[in-house]
Amino acid sequence: MSGEAERAMRTTTYREALREAMSEAMRADDRVFLMGEDVGRYGGCFGVSLGMLEEFGPERIRDTPLSESAFVGAGIGAALGGMRPIVEIMTVNFSLLALDQILNNAATLLHMSGGQLPVPLVIRMTTGAGRQLAAQHSHSLEGWYAHIPGIRVLAPATVEDARYLLAPALADPDPVLVFEHGSLYNASGELAPLTEPVDLDRARVRRPGTDVSLITYGGCLPKVLAAADELAADGLDPEVVDLRSLRPLDEATIDASVARTHRVVVVDEGWRTGSLAAEVCAGIAERCFYDLDAPVERVCSAEVPIPYARQLEEAALPQVRDVAAAARRTVG
Amino acid sequence: MTMAEFTMPSLGADMDEGVLQEWLVRPGDRVRKGEPIAVVETAKSAIEVECFETGTVDRLLVDPGTTVPVGAPLAMISAAEKAAPKRAPGTAGKAGKGTAGEAGRHRPEEAAQKPPEPAPGRQVPGGAVPAPEDGTPGSAGPLVRHLAERSGVDVDTLHGTGPGGRVTRADVERAAAPPPSRQRITPFARRLAGELGVDPASVKGTGKDGGVRAADVRLAAGRPAREAVPRGPVAPAAGAAGPTTMRRAIADLMTRANREIPHYYLSTTVDLAASMAWLREYNRLAPVSERLLPAAMLLKAAARAAREVPELNGFWNEGHFTPGDGVHLGVAVSLRGGGLVAPAIHDADTVPLPELMAGLKDLVHRARSGRLRGSEVADPTLTVTDLGDQGVESVLGVIYPPQVSLVGFGRVVERPCAVDGLLGVRPVVTATLSADHRATDGAVGARFLRVLDRRLQQPEEL
Repeated sequence: MSGEAERAMRTTTYREALREAMSEAMRADDRVFLMGEDVGRYGGCFGVSLGMLEEFGPERIRDTPLSESAFVGAGIGAALGGMRPIVEIMTVNFSLLALDQILNNAATLLHMSGGQLPVPLVIRMTTGAGRQLAAQHSHSLEGWYAHIPGIRVLAPATVEDARYLLAPALADPDPVLVFEHGSLYNASGELAPLTEPVDLDRARVRRPGTDVSLITYGGCLPKVLAAADELAADGLDPEVVDLRSLRPLDEATIDASVARTHRVVVVDEGWRTGSLAAEVCAGIAERCFYDLDAPVERVCSAEVPIPYARQLEEAALPQVRDVAAAARRTVG
Repeated sequence: MTMAEFTMPSLGADMDEGVLQEWLVRPGDRVRKGEPIAVVETAKSAIEVECFETGTVDRLLVDPGTTVPVGAPLAMISAAEKAAPKRAPGTAGKAGKGTAGEAGRHRPEEAAQKPPEPAPGRQVPGGAVPAPEDGTPGSAGPLVRHLAERSGVDVDTLHGTGPGGRVTRADVERAAAPPPSRQRITPFARRLAGELGVDPASVKGTGKDGGVRAADVRLAAGRPAREAVPRGPVAPAAGAAGPTTMRRAIADLMTRANREIPHYYLSTTVDLAASMAWLREYNRLAPVSERLLPAAMLLKAAARAAREVPELNGFWNEGHFTPGDGVHLGVAVSLRGGGLVAPAIHDADTVPLPELMAGLKDLVHRARSGRLRGSEVADPTLTVTDLGDQGVESVLGVIYPPQVSLVGFGRVVERPCAVDGLLGVRPVVTATLSADHRATDGAVGARFLRVLDRRLQQPEEL
C-alpha cells in the first residue's frame, strides 16, 4: 500500500460516517437539508447530527415537532418542490405514524402522476433491538417497508456503507428508506476512500466460503461474521452475504452464493412469520431448488414484543450461537 | 388346469438376450394378464415385462441377475382360475379337486418339507415352491374380508402368510398401507445423481432421517454403480443400464442401420396455420392439464398417414417387407442422462388426440424414469423423432431396424409464405421422411408426406 493510500485509510465510527456523508451532501448541494426530532440543538437522538446545526444553521438543520406524519409529509412536499430532503425518524416504531405518508404518497405519487411527480426523498431511521429499549423502541420492521413497491430500502451494515450509500440515495429519483441498526452507531471500522461508484442494487459477499451461505443484513451482520469465525474454527468454510438493499433484493448474488454452497441460513432480526427472511427463502426455493442440498434454515427473532429485561432480550434475538447451530444443521 | 411357461420376451428386434433384473412377484402370487411381473434389463434400459395370462405364479426358474436368451422360460404360470393347487391329494379339501393331481406332477417329491416362503432370489430352476397346506391362498375369514373391503384391498390378490396360506389381518393391513415413503433426497443431490449417472435408489443417505445428500451421491459415483447397495424389490430401476451400455447399444443399432439400409430422404414444408389455429381454440377451452401440444398433433397426423400408406409401416426382415399389425408409433425420447429410447404409442392412428397427448406425457415420463413396459419397446412399426423443442428446423434421421421409415419434425416456426398469390406470415414445420429404399421408392415416400400435409390441413379430423 502506498503511503498516500495509507494516510487516506482511517478508522472511524458508523455514527461519524453517517454525519460525514450528510455534511458532504449538504456542502455539495444547497437543496439538501435535514429535518427530524431533536436533530438540531440536541444533535440527534443517537448523536448522528451533532455539530451540524453549528455548521449549516437552523434553516438546513431543522428541529420538528413530535409529529412523524407531519414532518415526513413536509419532506415529501419539499422533495416535490425540488429540494433534496433528508428526514430522520427516531425509530422504526415511530415511523408507523408516518406510514400513510410513506406508502400512500411517497411510494405512489410517481405512479399516480404518470411519471410526472418523482419524490427524491431520503428517510433515515433507527431500527432493531439489543440496547434494552423495550418493545416500543426495538422492533425490526424494515421487512414491512421492503414489501412496498415504489421505494428503495437500504440497510447499511458497515462503516463504509454508512459513509457512501447516502450520496447515491439522494441522487435516486425515488424515495429511499435507510435503516440504521441501533447497535451499529458505535461500531468502528476502517474507512477507505471511495474508489469505484457505489451500486445500491448489489449485495456484498462479506466473507467468501464454500460450505454454507449465511445471508443477512444490517445489525445481524457482525453477529453472523462472528458465527462464521466460530464455524471456521471448526473447519467449516461459510460464506457471508450482506444484502445491503432489502428492496430490490439482489437475486443474482444470492443465487450465485447458493450455487456455490448448496446450503443456506438466513438471519433476520425481524419476526419469522412473513419476514424478509421468508421472502429470501421463498426466492431461493423458486430459483435455486435444484441447488439445495439441505433444507433452508432461518434464524429470526422470537415472536414476542422485544422484552426489556436483558436476559430476555438476548433470548429473543438471533445470537451468534443460534446462527452457528443453524449452519451446523445444514451441513449435518 | 394348465401350466404355461413365461419366457424371456423379445423387447426389440435388436435383442437376443436380457438380464432378469428383478421379480415383481413371488411364487403363489396371483397375476392378471397385462400386469408387470418382472423387470428385464436390456442393453437399452430396464423394462417391466407384463404377464400374458391370468393365473398363479407357480415357480420362478431364474435368479435375478441372470442373463437369459430370448425365448427361454423364466417362470411357470398355472393358468387356473383357482390358485395354486392342493399339493398332497390326501389332505386336499374341496378346493383341491381335479387340479391337485396335475399340479402335483410338477413338484413330485417335496410335498412335506417346503420351507415357508423362500425369497424369490433364492429360487433355483426347477426348485420347490411352498404351497398352501389347506384352502387357497385367497381364503380369508369374514373379519378379514370385511377389513379388506373397507380398505379397498382385493383379498384374492393377496399372498396369505397365515397358517395354510390364509390371508390374515396383517396381510390386509400391509396391503392397505401406503407404499413405503419415498426416499428422502435433496433436490441438489437428485440433480447431481442425474448428472453423474448414479441411481439415487442405490445411494445410502447420511443426512437427517437417512436423507441422501450431495456428498452421498458423490461417494456413490466413485464406486461401481452395481455394487452400491442391493436393490429392494420395488426400488426403481432407473439408470440400471448406464449411459455407456446404452451408448454401445445405440452405436450397434445405428451402425447396423447405416450399413444395411439404403436410406432415401424426402422433405417438405407444411403450412400449420389451420392446425395451430384449431389447437389454440381447443386449448382455450380445455383445462390446463388437458391442453394439447403441437407435437401430439404431428404424431397423430404421421400415424394417420402411415395408415394410408401402409408400405412405410412395418418391418424389413430377411429380404421382404412385412406390414405392421397396426400403427404403433415409436416416439424418440431423449433421456436426461444421455441416450434415447423410442417406445411405442399403440394404434396411434385410432387413438383420439387427447388420449394420445396423455399417452405421450406418460410415455415420456416413464421413459425418463426408466420404467417402460415390454409391449411398448418391442413393436413400434415406424418411429417419429420430433426435435422441435431442441430448436432445430429439420431432422433427417436414421431408421430404427427392422422398421422401414422414420419421420422427422423440426420446430414450428413463423415464415413468410406465398398463399393465394399474397405474401403472409404463417407457422410452418419441416417434415422429413427417411425411408428404406429396399422396401419402397421415392414415390411412396412422397405420397406419405402429401397425406401428412393434407391431414394437418384438417386438424378437426385428427
